[in-house]
Amino acid sequence: MIITRPRDWSRIKANLESIGARRVFLMGCGQCATVAHTGGEPELREMAERMAEVGVEVTGWTVGEVTCHLNGTRLESRKHQEAIDAADAVLVLACGAGVQTTADAIGKPVFPALESLFLGTVIRNGIFEERCQTCGDCVLDQTAGICPVTTCPKGLLNGPCGGMWDGMCEVLTDRECTHVRIRKRLAEQGRASKGTLAPKDFSTALKPGAVDIHDRKAER
Amino acid sequence: MSRLRDMLEAGEFVVTGEVAPPKGADLTHMHAAVDLLAPHCHALNVTDNQGASLHLASLAASKAILDRGIEPIFQQTCRDRNRLALQSDLLAAWSLGLENVLMVTGDDPRAGDHPNAKGVFDLDSTQLAQVAVGMNEGHDMMGHELKGSTGFYIGGAMFPEAEPWDVQLARTEQKIEAGIRFFQTQAIFDMAKLERAVEAVRPLGAKIIASVLVIKSPGVIRFVNEHLAGLMIPDAIADRIRGAEDPAEEAIRLAAEQVREIRQIADGVHVMPLGLDRAIGRILGEGA
Repeated sequence: MIITRPRDWSRIKANLESIGARRVFLMGCGQCATVAHTGGEPELREMAERMAEVGVEVTGWTVGEVTCHLNGTRLESRKHQEAIDAADAVLVLACGAGVQTTADAIGKPVFPALESLFLGTVIRNGIFEERCQTCGDCVLDQTAGICPVTTCPKGLLNGPCGGMWDGMCEVLTDRECTHVRIRKRLAEQGRASKGTLAPKDFSTALKPGAVDIHDRKAER
Repeated sequence: MSRLRDMLEAGEFVVTGEVAPPKGADLTHMHAAVDLLAPHCHALNVTDNQGASLHLASLAASKAILDRGIEPIFQQTCRDRNRLALQSDLLAAWSLGLENVLMVTGDDPRAGDHPNAKGVFDLDSTQLAQVAVGMNEGHDMMGHELKGSTGFYIGGAMFPEAEPWDVQLARTEQKIEAGIRFFQTQAIFDMAKLERAVEAVRPLGAKIIASVLVIKSPGVIRFVNEHLAGLMIPDAIADRIRGAEDPAEEAIRLAAEQVREIRQIADGVHVMPLGLDRAIGRILGEGA
């Protein structure tokens, strides 16, 4: 899931002031931002209170089912058409994909209320860790299911680097070195060491990404 | 011709030193350090934005040293450049007459003076060594033919004291397989561990130049232990310097002892005077 954190309040306020917005509509997200405790119902209520404190009227709010789903967000916004029409701007408590989808779906100035951080694993409620960078060229088959691209702070495919000390990471000194972990787990599983991994194919990660599954079906 | 390569391949003991390019465009101070170190060294490492802090490029500083008649070891870190820039700089280095390269990963940008920088790490040091081998064979990393190949003597870093040793050794073997022919170690304090490394690496056809760090004051101990990644001065040595009447004098005596021991074990010694450049003659002389 996409991990988000609340955007600096001063930036949100400055955004609204920049267009003289006095009335806003709040859009949350029922998926990632709800799980991340950044854009679910409780957070929207809290945001509405903060808006009231600075004299901004909240014309309405909703937690869309999946805000990054374009058609879903169009449908959701139609249900709240009157409140949206009454607003000067829409504040989106979702990831950047959700903000952009909302901007496409609603013809109003749209502002982000969150910062999008990373693709996260839920360790337990409220604890998230970055484990994947969606690089499009997965090496997990060769690294015992531990991603060096993401979990080594330098993203090295081959390591450890010269800073490893007593098996611990040079940068995140409270963590075991990713490359030590990989070698240990491969050994535990009786698997051969990975050898030297070749430089990554970063063409798979050139921006912007786009996938049309219809093309893939045609290829089969 | 690379004197470093010739001597190491001939089994002669080499001495290398290290200079840092200036943080600025004025080379005066660097040349002064070079003039102190050069008479005692066969080659001088020229660091590349060491500690992830901005300095004049190793490429330009290496060339400046070469022009002074001293053999440089051009350093390349993977942190600051992508594969195009790294290869382009390698070609530039060779065209300027730089024959020795030392390839290292580089400290994380968070450790340096531009903590907001994006670390590149497009290639790691092993992959970069493979690329340099390819350039020596006349092609770039995509296999495209080069107009004029290179002939680098390729070095890398290793850390004989790092544990777990099996991981460190596997990493070293990987680097040798990638084409690294000589290693410069991190500062050595435990000679038994250096011996262990030399015994493992020599049969694989690579050479080890062991590093000696001159610990001139308790302040240096603090700096090394707190700021230099993967380096910890053992208590016995720290106590010896801290307890000395004249710490700088004790540091010189200690370094000379270490050089003497390293001569019996490794293929060369790399002296890092950490500001005590003037003492290098004594360290090497007393350590003969």
